[in-house]
Amino acid sequence: MNLADSLQTLGRAADVSAPLVTVRGLHKRFALHPGRLLPWRFDKRRRGWHRQRIHAVNGVDLDIQRGDALCVVGESGCGKSTLARLIMGLLTASEGEVHYDGQRVDRLDAKQWRPFRRRMQMIFQNPDSSLNPRLTVRQTLEEPIRFHHPAWSHSKIHHRADALMADVGIDIGWGERFAHELSGGQRQRIAIARALSVDPEFLVADEPVSALDVSVQAQIMNLLMDTQAERRLTYLFITHDLAVVEHFATRVAVMYRGTICELADADTLFAQPRHPYTRALLAASPRLEDIDAEPLRLSDDAPPPIETPSGCVFRERCPYANARCQRETPTALVLRDGRRVACHAVEEGRIP
Amino acid sequence: MALLEVEHLDVRFPLRHGEIRAVRDVSFALERGERLGVVGESGAGKSALAFSLLKLLSRPGYIAGGHVRFEGRELTTLSDRQLRRIRGNRVAMIFQDPLTTLNPVLTIGRQMTESLKAHRRVSERRARAIALHKLRQVQVSSPEQRFEQYPHQLSGGLCQRVVIAIALLLDPDIIIADEPTTALDVTTQAEIIALLTQLCDKHNVGLIVISHDLGVIGQLTQRLLVMYAGRIVEQGPTREIINDAQHPYTQGLINALPQMTLPRQRLAQIPGNMPSLARVPDGCAFHPRCRYRFTPQGRLRQACVEQVPEAVSSGGSQVACHWVRELITTVPIEEETT
Repeated sequence: MNLADSLQTLGRAADVSAPLVTVRGLHKRFALHPGRLLPWRFDKRRRGWHRQRIHAVNGVDLDIQRGDALCVVGESGCGKSTLARLIMGLLTASEGEVHYDGQRVDRLDAKQWRPFRRRMQMIFQNPDSSLNPRLTVRQTLEEPIRFHHPAWSHSKIHHRADALMADVGIDIGWGERFAHELSGGQRQRIAIARALSVDPEFLVADEPVSALDVSVQAQIMNLLMDTQAERRLTYLFITHDLAVVEHFATRVAVMYRGTICELADADTLFAQPRHPYTRALLAASPRLEDIDAEPLRLSDDAPPPIETPSGCVFRERCPYANARCQRETPTALVLRDGRRVACHAVEEGRIP
Repeated sequence: MALLEVEHLDVRFPLRHGEIRAVRDVSFALERGERLGVVGESGAGKSALAFSLLKLLSRPGYIAGGHVRFEGRELTTLSDRQLRRIRGNRVAMIFQDPLTTLNPVLTIGRQMTESLKAHRRVSERRARAIALHKLRQVQVSSPEQRFEQYPHQLSGGLCQRVVIAIALLLDPDIIIADEPTTALDVTTQAEIIALLTQLCDKHNVGLIVISHDLGVIGQLTQRLLVMYAGRIVEQGPTREIINDAQHPYTQGLINALPQMTLPRQRLAQIPGNMPSLARVPDGCAFHPRCRYRFTPQGRLRQACVEQVPEAVSSGGSQVACHWVRELITTVPIEEETT
């Protein structure tokens, strides 16, 4: 039974209480050595074509409710950016489904995507590379409006760009400047204004404040929170910074090697992390208070996610791993407080 | 006598459209075994400060004035040849990205023994033994195996451990670390912080850490310098500064952290932007963004606009701010309402 059917049987067809974005069984594999030459391997007996693949996203299930600020947090290489790009349709999934407002979107072609592009927009980490250096601020903002509203008059588009600049706190006089004439924080404001220019309801932000200084980071986070309140936006926010997550998120998904190990409301998660990886992450995040807290030492570095091993993806570094964790991949378990944890130790009650 | 003394250091970069003054009148001292942090936003001059200590400034940067003394010996006037005996040997550096620090075409072992042999007359066997010992010291697992590997075969955290091991090779007195954990994941970052702390304590090595991350600085250092537009605006014990910052800029920096506000509430932001080092405002460089440039009666403090503030002692810290000076000298503590 596919997802649309199961929603029907539950009597929750696409309505406002249904999740805006639904992800089921999503996988993404990248060839480690694209091309035809490198995958050749000469083993003792056999000569063969072994294509090694990286399993960047490995069976992710996720619902994003309207009005949520869902933060995906994890270390570099855990697949959080790939997940965001899959949801936005910038990458094609190897397996699984993505539904947006009740409609399946992961197999659409460019033309079919167009109505969705107006509703979902993305902000990237580095505005240096995401803004076109040859366009002025005004051109950057007007281009998507003109594209999505071909019938609009020139002056209407002009006024809309003015309003956007005012909204994100950019001086209208800067409209004729180029991106390189502005500071990092101002450029990120323009990237946000461009995303808002088509009046989307869903914004995906991939590390939008990571490249910024503390004081600029505060400005951009305030801007993102203000616009969310004003425009009733839904956010998918990718970051590795737990302080940002704790501040910004209503829900948090913790990712490790392509899988979600814990998913919970932000206050639930930060009050009491359950998954051993979440605990390690929280313990390791530098805090201003309790300066002598000893970080939970994880055993050595993570192996590269080249092949999907059997068992739990975290077992090599987990202090609680046992024989079952080596053998069996844990399935997500919904606990009484509404959180979802994929861990044998939590399930068996081996850890509190 | 302090291990390292910096006095009125002045670093400039003459460029086509005017001179950039990256470091202005910076003075501080580092004791043996002390861990000192330098914090500031990008463009505050903190990296220029770190590089100038060993005269590693890239052209056209130069030291325009001031002194750097290492064990009482003036470094600013030394020749490159003389400096080479100190660089790497007595003072070692660790940079932000371990993968660019390490040579990608040499094995870990080769890189380690090479720098040993450049500074000392040691046999290959002895060099190998020392290198392996240092790798063990920085808790690299299976050091013999790592010795034969290339940097790309190791993870970022392991590479940074190797870089630290290389810095430790010649038992330096000072390690200067420029953003040592910025390129690493949080869990690895915590391990590197613990490792650096432990090494400095055990071997009595002085550490200077440059970072923009107050969380890292707070855990790693005992004393802290806060830089803004090339100058030190506040220096003192790290704990004291984080708990009770005196300078309006430091206060703004700490209050802007997400941890300082309840979740989902607006963060406290400092108005305006950091000035470019080519166009630093007159008087106190921070005054256009500072709310204390006005007196409680709403008058502009002339001193803030016209005069560069001198550092005054306040508690355990040195603060360069006219407003703080006024508070200390005129307002009795009980009446302090701001």
